[in-house]
Amino acid sequence: MKGEMILEIRHLSKAFGTNLVLKDIDFSVKTGDVTCIIGASGSGKSTLLRCLNLLETPTTGEILYHGDNIVGTKVNAPKYRSRVGMVFQSFNLFNNMNVLENCMVGQTRVLKKSKEEARKNALYYLEKVGMAPYINAKPRQLSGGQKQRVAIARALAMEPELLLFDEPTSALDPQMVGEVLEVMRKLADEGLTMIIVTHEMAFARDVSSHVVFMAGGVIAEEGAPADIFGNPQNHLTKEFLGRFMKG
Amino acid sequence: MPTDFFGRVLEVFDRYGASMLQGAGLSMVIALVGTAVGCLIGFAVGIIQTIPSQKGDNPVKRVLLGVIKVILNIYVEVFRGTPMMAQAMFIYFGLFPLLGVNMSMRGTAYFILSINTGAYMAETVRGGILSIDQGQTEGAKSIGMTHVQTMLYVILPQALRNIMPQIGNNLIINIKDSCVLSVIGIAELLYKTKAAAGALYMNFEAYTITMIMYFIMTFTCSRILRLLESRMDGAENFDLATTDTLAYTSGMFRYQGEKKEEDGR
Repeated sequence: MKGEMILEIRHLSKAFGTNLVLKDIDFSVKTGDVTCIIGASGSGKSTLLRCLNLLETPTTGEILYHGDNIVGTKVNAPKYRSRVGMVFQSFNLFNNMNVLENCMVGQTRVLKKSKEEARKNALYYLEKVGMAPYINAKPRQLSGGQKQRVAIARALAMEPELLLFDEPTSALDPQMVGEVLEVMRKLADEGLTMIIVTHEMAFARDVSSHVVFMAGGVIAEEGAPADIFGNPQNHLTKEFLGRFMKG
Repeated sequence: MPTDFFGRVLEVFDRYGASMLQGAGLSMVIALVGTAVGCLIGFAVGIIQTIPSQKGDNPVKRVLLGVIKVILNIYVEVFRGTPMMAQAMFIYFGLFPLLGVNMSMRGTAYFILSINTGAYMAETVRGGILSIDQGQTEGAKSIGMTHVQTMLYVILPQALRNIMPQIGNNLIINIKDSCVLSVIGIAELLYKTKAAAGALYMNFEAYTITMIMYFIMTFTCSRILRLLESRMDGAENFDLATTDTLAYTSGMFRYQGEKKEEDGR
């Protein structure tokens, strides 16, 4: 299955009022790809990712999921989202449920799995992110890094084809960034298809198979991490990376 | 007749206490039913008011939803904006006979208190739903939940917790305000008090008893609701689900060791 096309984005644009945030975006994701989207704040990275999960409706353009366009009113957005998971900067764990329930509710209510199966599955993924001992905790009792690891387990428990990460470590202090990145690195090694918006340049360089650099709502440059980080062509990329890599 | 105040209070209670307790019971029943049904109405209205309507939706659905929302707004504004006593008179002596509705006095009392509470609760529920962080909705959507599922499993349980104090408020207001229904002849506590005070010419004594009765009812309810709230919050601490005795935890002993079952994976 590796190498099969999952997502193809064609001429995607997004405007908020008269403010054009994304302009004519084209790129694609194949099974097993780890795509990192980097760029300055306000360059449209997060908006692009939110469009991919239909949390924002693109103004124009197409998103092909296995060849079918998912932009439009006739699309079953919840069904699509159950196949394409998302991890948020602000975790967004359900505050009224404990850790285990957070990882089970999607399986039982959306995928209609049995309680026992959902529980087994949830425990498997919680174990994977190192949060199995915390199944009885409520989100408010966890640290940021722990919350984010549970959020990752919640997304994984849906067994998605593709997982989107929207700046998963930006709300964490440096100590906790490591534990979350470690989990993500493990997932990349296991061949999970991911699109990651991140400011962690070292992580993007080491883990991704493909890097997209965005500036001013367009893709300024994209390619293999070695090329983007080692030999950037666009002057915007050079400037951006220069600022990050100096320190 | 005793000459001291407390003696007279006891005297009034002795003669009319049973009747007043009966009235208090009726006040309580009307308040409980009115609050319960009112909450249901409030939730229904509040939930409909917060259904999102987007540009891309089916136009028929959008128009229909718009019309329903306008009607519900009118309901809320009219019943919040007029005195309940006037509504009681208007409905029981005017509207019901006019429409040929044959409803008992008690039924009318339940009806009026319910739709009044509903009008207030609608706004409370709407506020409760809007107070839940947008991230909760996005989190639910991101795992494929529909709007109905998101509401049912994620938003409403949290909104309900947030508006519990307001539900308690409404119950207490209803216990007291059920007294205005005496205008249509409901024999609740205040009605019975008036009768007792009038018969014995002892207002101060009779109303002393009534004040105490109302206070006991409201105070008991407010304490019970507090208890309910803290139960909804759950435990302050949690048990670490591990059998590793070196793990740093103080609450491990209650854990039964469920981890075994998935070791095979």
